[in-house]
Amino acid sequence: MAKVHVTTTINGEPSEFLCEPNDTMLDALRGPLGLTGSKEGCASGDCGACSITVDDNLICSCLMLAVESEGHELRTIEGMAQGEKLHPLQQKFLEMAALQCGICTSGMLVASDALLKRNPKPSEEEVRFWLAGNLCRCTGYDKIVRAVMDTAAEMRAQ
Amino acid sequence: MTVVTNNKWIGQRTIRPDGMDKVTGRAQFAADTNMPGMIWGKVLRSPHAHARIKSINTAKAEALPGVKAVVTARDIVDFPIEKGAVMLGIQDMRWMCRNVMAREKALFPGHPIAAVAATTEAIAAEACKLIEVDYEVLPFVIEIEDAIKSDAPILHEFNKFEGKPSNIAGRLEHKKGDIADGFKKADIVIERSFTTRPVHQGYIEPHACLISVAPDGKTTIWSSSQGQFMVRAMTAHLTGIPQSDIRAIPAEIGGGFGGKTIVYLEPLATLLAKKSGRPVKMVMTREEVMRATGPTSGSKSTVKIGATKDGKIVAAHGTFYLQAGALPGSPIRGAAGCSFTPYDIPNLLSEGYDVCSNRSKVAAYRAPGAPIGAYAVECVLDEVAEALKMDPLDFRLKNAAKEGTKAAHGPTFPRIGYIETVEAAKASDHYKAPLGKLQGRGVASGFWFNAGGESSAQVNITEDGNVVVTTGHPDIGGSRAGIANICAELLGIDYRRVSVIIGDTQTIGFSNLTGGSRVLFASSIVVTQSTEQIIKTLRERAAKIWEIDPEAVKWEDGAAHPVSPNAGQFPPLTLKDLAEKAPAMGGPIGAGVQLNTTGADGGFGTHICDVEVDVDLGIARVTRYTAVQDVGRAIHPGYVEGQLQGGVAQGIGWALNEEYIYTRDGKVDNPGFLDYRMPVCSDLPMIDCIMVEVPNPKHPQGVKGVGEVPLVPVMAAVANAIYNALGKRFYALPMSPPKVLEVIDAPETRQAAE
Ligand code: FES
Repeated sequence: MAKVHVTTTINGEPSEFLCEPNDTMLDALRGPLGLTGSKEGCASGDCGACSITVDDNLICSCLMLAVESEGHELRTIEGMAQGEKLHPLQQKFLEMAALQCGICTSGMLVASDALLKRNPKPSEEEVRFWLAGNLCRCTGYDKIVRAVMDTAAEMRAQ
Repeated sequence: MTVVTNNKWIGQRTIRPDGMDKVTGRAQFAADTNMPGMIWGKVLRSPHAHARIKSINTAKAEALPGVKAVVTARDIVDFPIEKGAVMLGIQDMRWMCRNVMAREKALFPGHPIAAVAATTEAIAAEACKLIEVDYEVLPFVIEIEDAIKSDAPILHEFNKFEGKPSNIAGRLEHKKGDIADGFKKADIVIERSFTTRPVHQGYIEPHACLISVAPDGKTTIWSSSQGQFMVRAMTAHLTGIPQSDIRAIPAEIGGGFGGKTIVYLEPLATLLAKKSGRPVKMVMTREEVMRATGPTSGSKSTVKIGATKDGKIVAAHGTFYLQAGALPGSPIRGAAGCSFTPYDIPNLLSEGYDVCSNRSKVAAYRAPGAPIGAYAVECVLDEVAEALKMDPLDFRLKNAAKEGTKAAHGPTFPRIGYIETVEAAKASDHYKAPLGKLQGRGVASGFWFNAGGESSAQVNITEDGNVVVTTGHPDIGGSRAGIANICAELLGIDYRRVSVIIGDTQTIGFSNLTGGSRVLFASSIVVTQSTEQIIKTLRERAAKIWEIDPEAVKWEDGAAHPVSPNAGQFPPLTLKDLAEKAPAMGGPIGAGVQLNTTGADGGFGTHICDVEVDVDLGIARVTRYTAVQDVGRAIHPGYVEGQLQGGVAQGIGWALNEEYIYTRDGKVDNPGFLDYRMPVCSDLPMIDCIMVEVPNPKHPQGVKGVGEVPLVPVMAAVANAIYNALGKRFYALPMSPPKVLEVIDAPETRQAAE
């Protein structure tokens, strides 16, 4: 199979890459693009460890074909901090021990960020249902939910 | 040993040393590493639950363009059955060599038959299809009930039980007193039988490795596991490469819960890399993880408990049958040894049976065996308390093990904190909160042995006066944060000046597995001793500079000071000062300690669970949960709570939803996260933690293991809560919606609920 050339924008940077027509976006991110922050836990859209946004829509990158990114704006965990300055969610996850092994953390952060962009004042229930597509086997979600809610409150206060 | 209580860093919620990498996506997990020239390995797996392998022909696969190597059981070092056990930790290499690659027989669907390395994953997968295997398909058996029948298909003809070939591969018992006598004294005796289904550890990171073998045999392994030394030793045993030639580098590990205490891919990838001369990467799919890596045992237990009218347990008998899967080794020690341990029972018999069956070989899962046993015991205790009209926590208090109690598995307890956990549960707001209609509350307790064992640490002072600590245990849930707190505390410096890393097998001394709730317990002992040696050196150096006696120098707040004005008047010498002067004063400052640590006291917990049952959908929802545990000393409370909360979440999954479902031909029918449903965020409430701190007197900081206990009581607490909500007892897990509905739809339940 001949490789396909794709031009896209990732974390604000114009990017191009070559991929097989049947490669997923996650394959492309982790392969030719070298962005291994997005993780593969299931490759079936059930665990959320590969969460990214495409034109601000939250998706599992394992469910999108890499060629579909042509002309779109993608954001991954690698684009969340501004240089040395962490996103408030990243900071709060650290302070509140909202990660144990950390394999789900990239996806959790990307998904939480997408939530707060839409809903700056989520209830606990709204956080829980929004993050229901992101599996975490280590934390029991308690500290993750608290970190998202605390971040939202802090961001609103600023 | 005195336990320090007035601390600056111990007990603080510091930022973990590896945190920044993990929130920014930089952390390198097993599948995140690549190498130039790297090729891909894939495994051909058995489609049959049980089949004799008559022949394997790999010629067509080898001829496929792009294929660089093929390996089968012939390439793996054999450990012949008749030569007897070759133990590596708790694993017998006779079983391990047959588990990583089927030898005489394929023993479960998913059992590796051959492995291929090719230039792309797609070619490797294609080549697997070209391998011709001649199977003689045999009858199979999966469920315990079937496997222990006298006419059951036998997995291992060489295995005899009571003189006959059998699937029962082992039996263990713990005994105290005489149960026949004991039950005679009982006013009330309750006996019940229970079943639990196999459940998977469910780590989100699939097994993966990248391995390079140089022409001289020097091997480098990048993989995530619960022990790089285990990976090295197992790989050495199974490939014949000496351990000194294998450098196993621990990647960050994306969850393990016991499931990454054995190897699956590393020996195969090593052999493929050796044959092909190219670095080989292998990554399991989720389906492979679910089909071919160890879930825990399914079980069948019977528990009988007798008590007198005034609430004293006088006798108990537990029989626990656990599925080992394809090869012997189910965690009967945990089931038989932990289940009754919170209680002082004069007459006790606790028996475990290890049962082989045609499913993947069991792997450790958080307090292996203990949750299975505790589920049965704690449910029966609930019934006994009810029959005696006693509050279930009062009943537990009345029978609680304490200092001086002799446990049936051997030890006489030192000062333990079990009673404190029950008292704290009783005093909690949760226990007193009112309940509504169709809501119920359950309690249960649990015990885990905890463990010490081998650990190594090296602590070095950098030239600029900061600290690097290297230990040999993969950090699975924040142990580096605990180590940083302890080292900073001892040195009296800011914790951010302590960098904690996990060494590879060739740079740090042998360290046993991350498992058994041993890591912070054991590694903090060796880190403490190393740091104390460094402090001694620092005091000696200061003494030399001041020309006074080292005994006249004390170390405080990160600097050397004269012990008193009598000793001399000198401005303090900080760590930075002494590091700068090190070259002139005797050289680099560092110390390493290697020990087989002892003194790990067992851990106890008591849980309270509230549920609400949706009678239309049959969904039991946990609405409130409190986990109380004697944690010894919470070095980093955030990560201790995290252990409690994570264990509880896993237990709720085990209780309410998770189970392996098998097709008629013996295959796992739900090998993915959609159908094997682990708790998601919207399934759970906040999980409250009450950390009782009864410091371990045998540990410099009072540490006890905390990771396993939190899973032990959960299923019983949930079951007891559902009973309280519905007035109906469940004797099988999971209590999933169809099973709950079945009971609700029984006419008597409807009436009782209304
Ligand atoms: S922190 Fe391990 S899966 Fe979430």
